[in-house]
Amino acid sequence: MAGLTQKERMKIKRHEMPNQDPFVRRGNYDEVALGYSLETAKEEAERCLQCKEPKCVEGCPVGVMIPQFIKALREGDIVKSVQWMKAKNNLPAICGRVCPQEVQCEGNCILGKKGEPVAIGRLERFVGDYELVHRTCPLEKAPKTGKKAAVVGSGPAGLTCAVDLAREGHEVTMFESLHSSGGVLIYGIPEFRLPKKVVHSEVNYAVECLGIDIKVDHIIGRTFTLDELLKNYSAVFLGTGAGLPSFMKIPGINYNGVMSANEFLTRVNLMKGYKFPEYDTPVKVGGEVAVIGAGNVAMDAARCSLRLQTLHSGKSENNSGEVHMVYRRSRDEVPARGEEFHHAEEEGVIFNFLTNPIEILGDEKGNVRGMRCIRMKLGEPDNSGRRSPAAILGSEFEMKVDTVIMALGTSPNPLVFVDAAGLERTRHGTVVADRKTGRTMKHRVWAGGDIITGAATVISAMGAGKRAAADINNFLKGEVPW
Amino acid sequence: MYKILRKETFSDVTKLMEIQAPHVAHSAKAGQFIIVRIDEAGERIPLTIADYDKEKGSITIIFQEVGKSTMHLGRMEPGAEISTLAGPLGHPTEIKNYGTIICVGGGVGIAPIYPIARSLKEAGNTVISIIGARTKSLLFWEDKMREVSDELIACTDDGSYGRKSLVTEPLKEFLENKDKKIARVWAIGPAIMMKFVSLTTKPYNVPTVVSLNTIMIDGTGMCGGCRVLLDDGAQFVCVDGPEFDAHKVNWDSLLSRLRFYREEEQLSLQRYEHKCRLEGAAEGGR
Repeated sequence: MAGLTQKERMKIKRHEMPNQDPFVRRGNYDEVALGYSLETAKEEAERCLQCKEPKCVEGCPVGVMIPQFIKALREGDIVKSVQWMKAKNNLPAICGRVCPQEVQCEGNCILGKKGEPVAIGRLERFVGDYELVHRTCPLEKAPKTGKKAAVVGSGPAGLTCAVDLAREGHEVTMFESLHSSGGVLIYGIPEFRLPKKVVHSEVNYAVECLGIDIKVDHIIGRTFTLDELLKNYSAVFLGTGAGLPSFMKIPGINYNGVMSANEFLTRVNLMKGYKFPEYDTPVKVGGEVAVIGAGNVAMDAARCSLRLQTLHSGKSENNSGEVHMVYRRSRDEVPARGEEFHHAEEEGVIFNFLTNPIEILGDEKGNVRGMRCIRMKLGEPDNSGRRSPAAILGSEFEMKVDTVIMALGTSPNPLVFVDAAGLERTRHGTVVADRKTGRTMKHRVWAGGDIITGAATVISAMGAGKRAAADINNFLKGEVPW
Repeated sequence: MYKILRKETFSDVTKLMEIQAPHVAHSAKAGQFIIVRIDEAGERIPLTIADYDKEKGSITIIFQEVGKSTMHLGRMEPGAEISTLAGPLGHPTEIKNYGTIICVGGGVGIAPIYPIARSLKEAGNTVISIIGARTKSLLFWEDKMREVSDELIACTDDGSYGRKSLVTEPLKEFLENKDKKIARVWAIGPAIMMKFVSLTTKPYNVPTVVSLNTIMIDGTGMCGGCRVLLDDGAQFVCVDGPEFDAHKVNWDSLLSRLRFYREEEQLSLQRYEHKCRLEGAAEGGR
């Protein structure tokens, strides 16, 4: 199809992602999106118009050379496509699965103005998956510089920063508080959306190629403090994310059956609670689950709940339980990625919009038995452009639920601030840092990702890790002063 | 992986283990805890640090076999390795010279109260220790506790050793004694014991510190599963504690939350015991 005209390219329809059937998939933890075949990927790649000034690239926080990798792909040179990809993005198999493409690269695609954008994310995943199997493009490393850098946190920001620094020849040690590296990719995002073998494979590949030392079970602020690290390393990057869950300030949050989405997802994903008792960590949801919130984390929690209910009942078509999502705004304001929202609806999550909990009710044993809620209405748009919800007086009602999962956003973990004089933070608990370089107010300390922005996306954290790595590299080589 | 260096068996169910973990020993202080995970399929459980040796790079834990994980750990021998040992976690005990203080250790709680008593003694306090257990075989470290105490009382519920009483009885007597002003009380043991210590000291307005051991996963503030209800709202045991003002703790909520996974814990334990029996039978047949 080499000689297609622009008009012919525009006539090709966007290729659907093959998915597991909703009624089957809610009874298993296997990946929902099955991935393009080589033929489909090449046909989808034919749709790209190869814009002279590609807007898609501007929408990518790490600046992936999108037209180039797509062109190589449609010419059948996948190895070259991988090279274009890896020049900017070390974790394509992950990003292809979890990036909010509709507001980034695909949101900017010129084809999207009249029709549907090129499925850049799906193509990225195809290329990333190909590389996971074929390993065509080993990461190269510059000669040793003799400089030592510490990276705190092994999530998207830390990993990206560590890889970029190691490629420049610096000796990198990464500190992780949990027993497995990957951060939110491991403990937060469920298997059916991002298989853990993909994460381990991407991480191990990068780490082995570059000789990065990962120290798990190290909690900076407790095991070592930031000031201790600064004695042994010339530069420290903080990518500890936003791991601290918020609970609503309403009565009843300590009843049994109320948990943070973080706890629930950590039990399911990191600890493999869905395989209890084969794995030791239990996770339980009742027959009537309420998930508070409507972001990506809320969608993940709701869809994990459905799967647990179905696995317990043993019948995937006949889940007797209900999973309710309770959100104080309306459908139009749902902050989750479109695909997650769509998948959750397909699988049978029940949405309760314009509803806000005001009290959790318990029984005499201290277990959740229900939730008092109030109906909301939307007022005028506020400064952020979002219409702010207000309670409708007298509209209180009771919902019968036995499990409440709160997915209300997270804030940075304050542990890293122990013995870290000079590391300033905002009143939201985020670190004060320059957005371009990641430099904090503390000498030789950089930060990036959710720790400076509050909970955001995997790719924006990777972008921050990349920018900081560039500045750290210049600093370590003596090209820029602190 | 972290190697088990030494093991002591205090009773059928109470074991001491010294484990190689230089990163934790490096900064461990009295009152802090660690998270342990035995193997790939294991759960993360919090255990209080009973002792640490910075030079040797080791930490010591004492635990009671109450469920699958502790039973599995208890059957491991020196030389074996465990997958995860993270810490030290939580705030250390606030050590200073308060005057005369009482340290109450119940059952396996004697282990974590020991480094606290030792540190308080070193800080110049007059230390009165009360240690207790259900029965004689569950009592340990009386000699170590005596070394760091000005006065020590040992008691058992069944009278098989020392005084036949609960720890709260001698405690109340000390509080009643007008000649000796008690500045502060520390209590570590089963939740129900700490609740009753709290109820005992409350009428006398003696500040009382308890070290809570709740269900946890990460131990770093990430899951919030350990949250405890205080008079003025919920706090996380892992990062805000593990020590709290006993008089502010909502004990009924705490006890109820500890029971939440009881069924699953039983199931896990039964499966484990069944597996051990099968393995034992197989070995016996060889």
